[in-house]
Amino acid sequence: MSTKTTTGLALNRLKRFEWQQNIIYIGFAAVFILFAVLLADSGFTSPNNLLNIFRQTATISIMAVAMTYVIAAAEIDLSIGSVAGLAAVVSAMTIDSFGLIPGIAAGLAVGAIAGAISGGLVAWLKVPSFLVTLGMLGLVVGVARWITESAPIPIADQTFIAIFGGADLGPIPGLLIWVAAAVSIGAIVMNKTKFGRHVRATGGNLVAAGYTGVKTARIKFMVLLLSGVVASLAGMLYAGRLQSGRFQWGTGDELSVIAAVILGGTSLFGGRGMVVGSLFGALFIGLINNGLILAGLDVSQQQVVRGAIIILAVALSRKK
Amino acid sequence: MTTANSPAIEMRGIEKSFGTNPVLKNVDFSVTVGEVHALAGENGAGKSTLMKILQGVYQKDAGEILVSSQVTEIEDTFAARRAGIGMVFQEFSLIPSLTVAQNIFLTNEPTKFGLIDDAKAKALALGIFKEMEVEVDPSRTVESMPTALWQLTEIAKALAQNAKVLIMDEPTASLAKHEAEGLFALIERLKAKGIAIVYISHRMDEIYRIANRITVLRDGSRVLTESLKKVSPEQIVEAIVGRKSAAHLVHKSRADKISSQIALDVKNLSSGPKLQNVSLQLRRGEILGLAGLMGSGRTELVNTLFGILKPTSGTISINGKLVDISSPKRAIDNRIALVPEDRRSQGLVLDHPVTENLTLPLLDDLKSSGLLSKKKIAVKSKEIIDQFDIKLAHPSIRVSSLSGGNQQKVVIGKWLGTNPEILLMDEPTAGVDIGTKSEILDLVRRIADSGKSVILVSSELPELLSVSDRILVLKDGHVSKSLNRDEIPSEEFLQLAIQGAA
Repeated sequence: MSTKTTTGLALNRLKRFEWQQNIIYIGFAAVFILFAVLLADSGFTSPNNLLNIFRQTATISIMAVAMTYVIAAAEIDLSIGSVAGLAAVVSAMTIDSFGLIPGIAAGLAVGAIAGAISGGLVAWLKVPSFLVTLGMLGLVVGVARWITESAPIPIADQTFIAIFGGADLGPIPGLLIWVAAAVSIGAIVMNKTKFGRHVRATGGNLVAAGYTGVKTARIKFMVLLLSGVVASLAGMLYAGRLQSGRFQWGTGDELSVIAAVILGGTSLFGGRGMVVGSLFGALFIGLINNGLILAGLDVSQQQVVRGAIIILAVALSRKK
Repeated sequence: MTTANSPAIEMRGIEKSFGTNPVLKNVDFSVTVGEVHALAGENGAGKSTLMKILQGVYQKDAGEILVSSQVTEIEDTFAARRAGIGMVFQEFSLIPSLTVAQNIFLTNEPTKFGLIDDAKAKALALGIFKEMEVEVDPSRTVESMPTALWQLTEIAKALAQNAKVLIMDEPTASLAKHEAEGLFALIERLKAKGIAIVYISHRMDEIYRIANRITVLRDGSRVLTESLKKVSPEQIVEAIVGRKSAAHLVHKSRADKISSQIALDVKNLSSGPKLQNVSLQLRRGEILGLAGLMGSGRTELVNTLFGILKPTSGTISINGKLVDISSPKRAIDNRIALVPEDRRSQGLVLDHPVTENLTLPLLDDLKSSGLLSKKKIAVKSKEIIDQFDIKLAHPSIRVSSLSGGNQQKVVIGKWLGTNPEILLMDEPTAGVDIGTKSEILDLVRRIADSGKSVILVSSELPELLSVSDRILVLKDGHVSKSLNRDEIPSEEFLQLAIQGAA
């Protein structure tokens, strides 16, 4: 009897396979094969180019992991790009005056403070996260320009540059290790811990989650705090890779990150969070950017094609 | 282990006021182990307040609660759960995107090495369903299942938390007949296992079928607690309704105002499972009342007549001519109007000014040289505002700042502005104060007096009895009775007809 039930359940599972949620993997493979064939002569499949795609999308991938939590809880964080920029300049300035460790701490503190303010306003004062983080976006950019007088701050500390993306570990780029760590921790916490489960419950049905004893306000606070801290980390990865802090680092990243998360199968209405999908969403965007450059399209054409592909992909991955 | 007939829950002398308004007055209520105790009463009688105190949502002002004969303070929902009180919510308290097993153990997840052990949760859930003798696949997501299985998941969730008392609020409201049968069988099995059940329902046949005792609340007081073997449906209904006097609700015969001409002729109309084979005729100048329980098909009927729901079979004729009403636009073209059940979400654009709301269906007639004419809009609005005596400071204020009654008048005015021949009204007096209520009822009479036909859905029987010339009783999606007003001697008679006990 048990084997019969098992096959029955397996069959059911196959029937219930959610194509729309997993379409990113199919799309990723299709686009990859397409580019590999069409752009074989331009060196698309060379290991160097593939590593480049990874490197260029690393910060987007890492922020997408945190954004998956925010969107799964049915919130949004528009401030991540500018938080990354402020974190980059603050850590660069602090390293200059006080050294490595205070610099890292100050960078992380930027995201923690911004995330805690947004999270507090959303969780306890019930201000919509769209508005809070939109305001935070402007506020944070303003601070970053103000304290730097819009000038770049060079970073000379080689340890910082090595930790945050400059160095390779043997053949493996350091950025890839950061991405691998963020995605695997993110995926396990989402699927296998109470916190991840409660994030999805909060986004899936706020009232029901509350009645069941989920501390929904705390969950909302936590996801926005997390998003801020991870944005800081991304900012320092920019600073390490580019050996300087500039307020422009990360500008506009929030849109790529949100697109990556939605492409990955996370519902914009909350309740679902696909961390690995978000990684592939980010890689998918990187793949398209890279392929279009290799194909010789100029910047304006790239923007048009990229926009159209993202709209199409998001429409396909949307549930119902 | 407690034995049968020992009380699982006793509530003694419960008092509760909201502000200066007492909603529970010295109420006693108890359920014994393995008993189903029905709780009945009109909306606002205090049923849900009493149950919310038991669940720890509200705090009692006075009285005491005993759980298994121990005085227990239930200060919040967590305390209620620790005390073994489980609730099967009317509006389901599940997370649609999570699986059945994940929902059952939400906040209570089994873990291994600090991580959630989903395999174990699934196995435990299967065990619970096996004990309930029902088949539900715990690894399915809730949103992919029919609602009947949601309810079973809710019950399993309560049982997983070791509930000894289950509160079920109108559990059959969203179930089809065979699903309800399954639920009754499950309730019997739960009883046999010693679970005590509080069963909130208006359906007399269900109460007699599964409950051992019934308690009736009226205006915050307990008016009846009796074994169902010793009480008749008439006695229960009298306890629920009480004796009321309401001068404005007296019925005046309007026989002279009703023409012999048939305005609307509906034959064998069906729409989905919730509306089956309904036939009715409506004369010019006639007011037809629709009575029935929640889910009996009243709203579905008016929504189908207005083209919101698509008819799956049957015909609709207006003035003897067959018409196709497959969208609200077609309905409006055929001069039908609907005052919807939920005025705030379905009837009004709350943030817009009164003028814009009133003229929204009329914009085609309010243009001058192709553009909307502000002047014509103002004149038309003024006309409607005066006609319906809508009380407001200025026609350009937002609808959201009006009282419920005046908001409702805006909805009615908006539709009457289109000069419909057939007016459908779904619960037009819900949430409206007494004064405005009688104004609206007067308005309904005047509309019919002017030769228009009205179909009125209402859960408030006195009001239905005061204006209707004829009443159709719906049950499970079909017409169970058609009564002329003069065939109905009392509210009790109608109440019994609705509950299918007469």
